[in-house]
Amino acid sequence: MASLWEYANPRKFMTVSTALLPWVWGIAAICLVGGLVWGFFFTPDDFRQGSTVKIIYVHVPAAIMAVNAWFMMLVTSLIWLIRRHHVSALAAKAAAPVGMIFTAIALATGAIWGQPMWGTWWEWDPRLTSFLILFLFYLGYIALWEAVENPDAAADLTSVLCLVGSVFAVISRYALVFWNQGLHQGATLSLDAEQNIADVFWYPLVTALAGFGFLFLALVLYRTRTEIRARRLKALIAQERMA
Amino acid sequence: MPDLGQYTAEVLSAYAVTILPIVAIVILSIWKARRTKARLEDVEGRRGKAS
Repeated sequence: MASLWEYANPRKFMTVSTALLPWVWGIAAICLVGGLVWGFFFTPDDFRQGSTVKIIYVHVPAAIMAVNAWFMMLVTSLIWLIRRHHVSALAAKAAAPVGMIFTAIALATGAIWGQPMWGTWWEWDPRLTSFLILFLFYLGYIALWEAVENPDAAADLTSVLCLVGSVFAVISRYALVFWNQGLHQGATLSLDAEQNIADVFWYPLVTALAGFGFLFLALVLYRTRTEIRARRLKALIAQERMA
Repeated sequence: MPDLGQYTAEVLSAYAVTILPIVAIVILSIWKARRTKARLEDVEGRRGKAS
């Protein structure tokens, strides 16, 4: 029976990702463009928020993926720490800049939305503060990979940093549950249908979210392939120098 | 273009700060992938000739 751990083999990963990537890129493009066009052009204004409700289609998916990207890095970092699969560590490394971009987008669009709606660009409330800290953890994670010469040592240290940063990813996600305070509204998307926003906004939002999700997957697969090649390149150059 | 009213600047700038970084990271990823692949093929080609 095939094992999931087969994909920890770099050659197997390269073969499978070659087959998967065109489909993932295609679905990402369709969902992302479709969701954003649908939300921007074909949805009404909100009776309270006016046309700023259209910011929901970029802000909410970016924020959700910012946290999910860190959780993906957490899982792959744990796999590295426990099973020492290099592909796993490289996938975490590949994902970090993408997650950082999503976090930055969430912070920026949140500020742009917050100014007309809440009268402020920023508030030091639990969710916003933990999101800012998560962004700083992304920066630190990326910098640590570059700062440590030995790749296995870099993978170890960044994995530990990822574990620590996961606290802020959890806080970002559940701040409204832990602390009943702050500017941020409650759940936009929920398994409880009664909590969700109206269908006219919900469907394009979910489509845009799918676009962000598949875009993340496509970029992680694509960038992990580059990291695998870069690791092999470094090893071959080191062998040439020793010869 | 929908009528965004008094919030035109906010909505358009939110979409701009979303789309531009996404396009940038896609382009950078493609550029880095092609550069790494070309360098690897070059080194592997040298090894192939040497052996």
